[in-house]
Amino acid sequence: MSPVLRPRRRSGGSGSRPRWLRSPKVAAGSLILLFFVLLAVFGPMAAPHSPEWQASTLDNVPHPPSSQFWLGTDVQQHDLFSQLLAGGRDTLLIAFVGGLVATALSVVVGVSAGFLGGKADEVLSILTNIFLALPGLLILMVVMKMMPDGDTGNPLLIGAVIALSAWAWGARVLRAQTLALRNQDYVDSARVVGEGRVRIILFEILPNLLPILASSFIFTVIYGIGAYASLAWLGLINPTNASWGTMLNTAQQFSATTSGTWWWYGPPALCIAFVGIALALLNFGIDEIVNPRMRSTRRGLRSKGPRFQLGLTPVVRAEEGTRP
Amino acid sequence: MRALLRRLWFYLVAAFAAITLNFFIPRMVPGSALQNFLAKMNTASLTPSQLQALEAQYGGGHQGLVAQYLTYLGNLFHGNLGMSTSLSTPVSTVLGNDLPWTIGLVGSATVIAFLVGTLIGVLAGWRRSGLLDSLLPAATFFQAVPYFILASLLMLTLGFYGGMFPTGGAYDTGRFATVTPGWNGPFMANVIDHAALPAATVALASIAGWIIGMRNMMITTMDEDYVLVAAAKGLPRWRVVAVAARNALLPSISNFALSISLVVTGSIVTEIVFNYAGVGREIFNAAQAADYPVMQGILLVVTFTVLGANLLADIVYVALDPRARKVA
Repeated sequence: MSPVLRPRRRSGGSGSRPRWLRSPKVAAGSLILLFFVLLAVFGPMAAPHSPEWQASTLDNVPHPPSSQFWLGTDVQQHDLFSQLLAGGRDTLLIAFVGGLVATALSVVVGVSAGFLGGKADEVLSILTNIFLALPGLLILMVVMKMMPDGDTGNPLLIGAVIALSAWAWGARVLRAQTLALRNQDYVDSARVVGEGRVRIILFEILPNLLPILASSFIFTVIYGIGAYASLAWLGLINPTNASWGTMLNTAQQFSATTSGTWWWYGPPALCIAFVGIALALLNFGIDEIVNPRMRSTRRGLRSKGPRFQLGLTPVVRAEEGTRP
Repeated sequence: MRALLRRLWFYLVAAFAAITLNFFIPRMVPGSALQNFLAKMNTASLTPSQLQALEAQYGGGHQGLVAQYLTYLGNLFHGNLGMSTSLSTPVSTVLGNDLPWTIGLVGSATVIAFLVGTLIGVLAGWRRSGLLDSLLPAATFFQAVPYFILASLLMLTLGFYGGMFPTGGAYDTGRFATVTPGWNGPFMANVIDHAALPAATVALASIAGWIIGMRNMMITTMDEDYVLVAAAKGLPRWRVVAVAARNALLPSISNFALSISLVVTGSIVTEIVFNYAGVGREIFNAAQAADYPVMQGILLVVTFTVLGANLLADIVYVALDPRARKVA
């Protein structure tokens, strides 16, 4: 039979792994993410020294990695390995809080805009579009600069501010999807049966929005990590908060990038990049699970099957000799 | 045309909201913005008139909130964004010098990313499961990594160690510079040389979005009946793909609004990495010097630029999609 039409095996058929773990992208993404979450939770405790600890106050030459300091030291003889271990917590926490708050906001605004329609929709859509056009990171820069120093170290506050600049994307996508769902037969029938608005939204519509919710949550977390790291790198976050961005900020101040001290700026940058990649892989995988048509199957289709698909009817040129 | 006019009032509301937000931000932060400002300011002394101007801008003077707001609107209406406290020049002059660089950078990078990304997206959607498709996760790498890290990566590899491009600035300056600013050939070449890495950063970071959006739309569009008809008519394959691509392009353009503000803020961060002469470097310097008027002026101008780009996308959309013209 044609490889295009090969049915996917249902989960539970052959038994072992749940469906969402079969995608290699999701599996890889979750593994990397799990590693960094563990690092964020236990890293600060496992670190051999505190982030402020200095090996010496006399030496001002950054030392490359050695058996004593696994990732070397910076100009002020801070143990970079300890800083790296301690630096994940705030970054992940802030991004996570930001993601949660932003997702909640986007559900409230997006779903009610899509479901209520009419004037409410118009007002909420304008609000969403305005927030979309606002340059979030710049606003954060200005706000962070204006806040008293003590407050720029408060992870929850920063997370909330990041969320305020990030909810609009999800709200717009959720609104569009709610609009599409609102007139589905099953929602109509629920209405006819006499279910209340709240119940319809919570039990009929929201479950169908879950994949979009998940992907907009992940998107916001990626954004949050980038935003927080950028703010810290720009020196707008209280420098006593050890984070990867702060490490990059000090590295920048001592122009580590141009003096070849790769062990100083490399590891924190890699950590930020890897968390981002892990989340992006997860998002990619979710997209494919939600919408199987988007999947790219490397095996099977390529080279032997028809390349040009039109609907479910493979159109194959005869001279290719690949007739199914 | 009527559809556009209808959209136009959204832009008016949005512009007004941005102006109002800009007024309230310094008043919303905990503590008095004026006091924070004075505490962080680097210059030791202020003339009474400077202090008065700052009070008008940040509150803390004797005016009520409404009167402050009206003064602010009046000043804005006259193009008066206040005085830069660190440079002692009007903010509007400072921005006038910076904005062309940023717009040039973002504009060219976005156009390149859009064209290349859309093309790759079409190919990936058409030759689904081909080589391009398997490269998609690699493209997301650029999307998932913050701009400043990507920028530093390019600067280090191609600029610093590779030596192929200059690592900073918008053009050669200083004693050994051989170019004179102006509309002459060598200077333009120099500017392009300097813009290559920042523009590449911005383009790389935003290209994945265009590719994936276009690919997914292509896959959906290729199942449409009119594509089947085009194929059944016996059109050459590339014409069939063109039919699908034309229709798949529309959501890509309306998604422009979703991404443009991220791209602009990202390019501002990129400018900081490359010490490029645009608003990015300006806002960084302003943040270092606690120059609030400049920061706020940049915020406002960037928001307006984003709104302008959205309006442009709207116009293109209306021009391309007859349905958008009818629904008015």
